[in-house]
This record gives sequence, structure tokens and C-alpha cells, in this order.
Amino acid sequence: MSVGYKAGNAEFRTVYGSRKLQDRTLGALVWIVVVCICLLMILPLFIMLSTALKTKQEMFVYPPTWIPTRIIWHNFVDAMKSRPFGHYFSNTALFSVFGTLGEVLVSSFVAFGFSRYRGKGRNVMFMILLSTLMIPYPVIMIPQFVLFKTLGWTDSYLPLLVPSFFGSAYIIFLLRQFFMTLPGDLLEAARLDGCGEFRAYWNIALPLCKSALASAAIFGFMFRWNEYLQPLIYLNTDTKFTVSIALASFRSMYSVVPWNLLMAASLVALLPPILVFFFAQKYFVQGIVVSGLK
Amino acid sequence: MRWLRKSEARRETFYLYTFISPWVIGFILFIGGPILVSGYYSLTRYDIANAPVFIGLRNYIDLFQDDLFWKSSRVTLYYTLVGVPLGLFLSLLAALLLNADIRGQRLFRTIVYMPSVVSGVSLSLLWLWLLNPDFGAVNLIIYRLFGVQGPQWLTDEKWVIPSLIMMSLWTMGNHVVIYLAGLKGVPSNLYEAAQIDGASRLQQFWRITVPMISPATLFLLITGVIGSFQVFVQANVMTDGGPNYASYFYVYYLYQQAFHSFNLGYASSMAWILFLFVGVLTWVMMRLSNKWVHYEGGE
Repeated sequence: MSVGYKAGNAEFRTVYGSRKLQDRTLGALVWIVVVCICLLMILPLFIMLSTALKTKQEMFVYPPTWIPTRIIWHNFVDAMKSRPFGHYFSNTALFSVFGTLGEVLVSSFVAFGFSRYRGKGRNVMFMILLSTLMIPYPVIMIPQFVLFKTLGWTDSYLPLLVPSFFGSAYIIFLLRQFFMTLPGDLLEAARLDGCGEFRAYWNIALPLCKSALASAAIFGFMFRWNEYLQPLIYLNTDTKFTVSIALASFRSMYSVVPWNLLMAASLVALLPPILVFFFAQKYFVQGIVVSGLK
Repeated sequence: MRWLRKSEARRETFYLYTFISPWVIGFILFIGGPILVSGYYSLTRYDIANAPVFIGLRNYIDLFQDDLFWKSSRVTLYYTLVGVPLGLFLSLLAALLLNADIRGQRLFRTIVYMPSVVSGVSLSLLWLWLLNPDFGAVNLIIYRLFGVQGPQWLTDEKWVIPSLIMMSLWTMGNHVVIYLAGLKGVPSNLYEAAQIDGASRLQQFWRITVPMISPATLFLLITGVIGSFQVFVQANVMTDGGPNYASYFYVYYLYQQAFHSFNLGYASSMAWILFLFVGVLTWVMMRLSNKWVHYEGGE
């Protein structure tokens, strides 16, 4: 099987990236199937929007209508006003942004160490780091809860934020993969010029890995924005809720669920991840690919 | 020169540990330490208000006689054994189709990926509505296509897990992206050589494509299984574990034990069983992978 092909050969990839379909009927068939799959993928999102724009009466019409007969944009306003969503959004945004910044910064620091120094015990430490990726959260959940409760940190963002500032194995691994690709000569030259190790990290390695840092940050942000279990365990006061918790409790507040408002609120909650995805698609996909293949 | 090399080694070790110290401290405080403590808690009766009382293996013995423990294990295994392979198969299929050189390829890839951005609670709420037996879109489509009323989905014991699997398939875009990257890495001269030898498309698929993307399959399999064992949001937001415990997932039961009944010792022993099970299973999957995973340039 070995054909002297290098995985990193970009030119090779663009030339032979996808296989040409010679057969025209097969090509047409593939196209039709792909369009069907895409319709299936879009449909739930379309229904989400359509429901969010319906009146209370039309929501429960049988058979359901695809497109609302009267479009109620005001549902979005009502949904946002039905509970202090502005508050929940700023909570979630602050938690997501600060948690991610800390995590990415510290992870890059650690990743630099793992990629650059061949010190004693490095491989063992790295194996331990990788194996923590396999540890299910429930295993550490209870002692962590007891620890944070003893410290009096429950019902605050500290239990959700503080562990981030010690790096995450996943992002350390991802960034290490990028740091490994930096030419060793470059850092060596800097060192001979009298550049200290920390400056080499901060002034040379970090700027060269901007795209990797962006991937890692997007990943961290998405994860935090959608996180549910940890906020559920730690946050009790309504004003401290994240969007996830607020949405989940929103439903249980009514005897007849106002699906139009619920879908409107869910759609607004999806906006930040969707916007991040559209503006940073390249980095996003890069992050997934690197984590999966190397 | 030897002393120089020795001091150089010491310097390297010093900087290594300086740089990785945040992670080492974090590991001790928030991962390694808690794992050991969890192991201890699992041997105690502990309700957080009072100090833990050592009771030996009592929790484990009780667990094995606990019907709900077995029920939640079965539910989780069922979801994993059907959902993960099905997800892998369908995402490979989608990746193959999206890898073909067709018009609109980029747009199609984006569309297939997009649902993966929707996750957590929003995803659960959306599907709760889509699967509503009377006003949801899924049954509307079934009615329009086949003229029959669809099942009760989330409120039918038989259908609740298939419903949740269906929902998980909607967000398989992550898998598709990884498979697409894997497919990009398959050198096309392998296919050319196979074509010259007269291999059919199907033969090429089995002999070239499948082995060449097997590292991606292994990654997706392992992460998929680990993730699937930890399903929580769906049970908590959509079904409350019902109907009749048919979606009482393992971690949902663990959460109930820990934070509703405050049986922290009992929940810890559940966590440890999960930990051991995931560990052994991952080890087995890695071990067996030698037989079917092909690494480029490997022997």
C-alpha cells in the first residue's frame, strides 16, 4: 500500500482531491441523492423557524402547515421578554468567552512545553494527558462537586471557570499537533539570539499558530455555549442561569407549551454558534479534522 | 562534553515541567485527585450533609441487585450498539457522496454540517417538537408519504430509543467532515492502478477506501462509544427517562442518584463501573484495531 505519498502534500491533495465521475448518469444520480440528504438536513431548521413565526392558534392546527398563514415576527420579542433572556445571554457569553480565553491561553502554554522540550518523563506525561480524554465526566463530577461545595463556590461561575484555567487535554493535544510542525531551527535561532524561552513561546510560536488558536477558541466557545450538565449542577439562582438552563426550564413553566415562543427562543440561542460557524468555517473544520486524524 | 549534555538535559526537563505545570496541577486537583476520591466514595455511604461512612463493597453488591441499574445499562447499550455503527455507516456514505465531484459540492457540504452546530438543549427542544405525535413534522411527513399515522415516538416504550437515535443521526456532520478529510488522503493512483487491474467500483471501495480511512473509523468509533455512554441532556430535557424507564440512560440514573436522592456513594460506584467499562472497552477496541486499521507507511 505504501506509495511514497505524504499526508501533508497539499499540492497532491488539490489535484486529486475528489474523484472525477466519468459516468454522467451516475453523476446525476449522486446529485439527486445529495440534494435529498440536504433537504432532510435543512427541514428541521426550517420547521423551527416556521413554528417560531406561527400564531398560538396555528401552532396546533391539524394537519400542521409548513408556512405560517400569518407571520408573527413579534414572537421573537415576546419570547425574549417572557423571561430575562438578555441576562441569560450575557451570563452565557461571559462564561463562554472568559472560559475559552483562559483555556486556550493556558493550553497553548502547556502544548508549547510538550512540543518543544524532550525532558525526562515527557512521553509518560503526554500519555496520561491523552488518556484523560477517555475519562467520562461522571467519574470526576461528584468529588469535584464536593470540593467546590466545601470551598463555598456553588451557585457561582467559579466551578465552571476555574478548571478551564489549567488547560484542557483536548486543546493541548490539538495545539501540540500544530506546534510540532514549527521548524525547530527557528526557535533555536531565536534562542541563540538571546531570546528567552517564554519570549520564544509568546513572540514567535504563538503568532505563527494563529489559525490553530482560532480553531481551538471556536471549539471551546461552542462547547461552553451549549454546555448543560455542569451549569445544571452548579447554578441554582435564576439570575445566574445560562441560556441552556433557562431554555430547559422555560418549557416546564407552562401547562400548554407555547411551542412558537420556545422555538423562537431556541433559534435566538442558536444564533451565536451559527454565526461563529459561518464566519469561521475554515478554522472550525480544521479543528475537527486535526483532532480526528493525527 | 558529558557534563554539557547532562546540563542540557536538565535544562530541557526544567523547561518542560515549567511549561506543563498548569496542566499537571489541574490534573491533580480536578481529574486525578477526584478519580481517587471517587473510588473512595464508592466504598461509602455519603449524603454530603454527613461525613462519608465506610461500608466496603456494599454499594457494588446493591447495584448488582438494582433493577434500575440493569435497566439503565441495557438502555444505554442498546442506544450505543445501534446508534454508533449506524451513525458511522451513514456518515461514511454521506462523505462518499459529498466527495464526488458534483456541482454545488461546497454548498452541500456546508448544509450537511450545519445541524451539528445545533446541540444541547436547543437540539432536544427542536426534536421534542418535531416528534410530537399530533403536530410534529415527522408524523406529518409519514402521513403524507404513506397515509398512515406515525408512532407516538417519545411516549412509546418501543420507539423512544429509535427516536433518539434518529435525532443523533441528524447531527452526523462532524463525522462526515472527518471522513471527508480521510477520503482526501487516499492517493488516487491506488484507484488508477486498481482500475487498470479491472477492479469494480465495489471492489475498489472495500479494498482501497475502507482500509485507507480506517484510522478515522477507529477514532469515530471510540469517541462515539464514549460519548454515547454519557447521554444525559436528551433524557433530562426530553423524556425524563420515560416512558416506563425506556430511556433511563445510565448517566441520567447516576445524576438522579447523586443530585436528587443524594446517594453520592452509590452514584460514585456507578461512576466507577462506567469508568472501568469504558476503559476496558477502549483497550479492547484499540487492541482489535491492529487487525483492521491501516496506517499509512505502517508495516
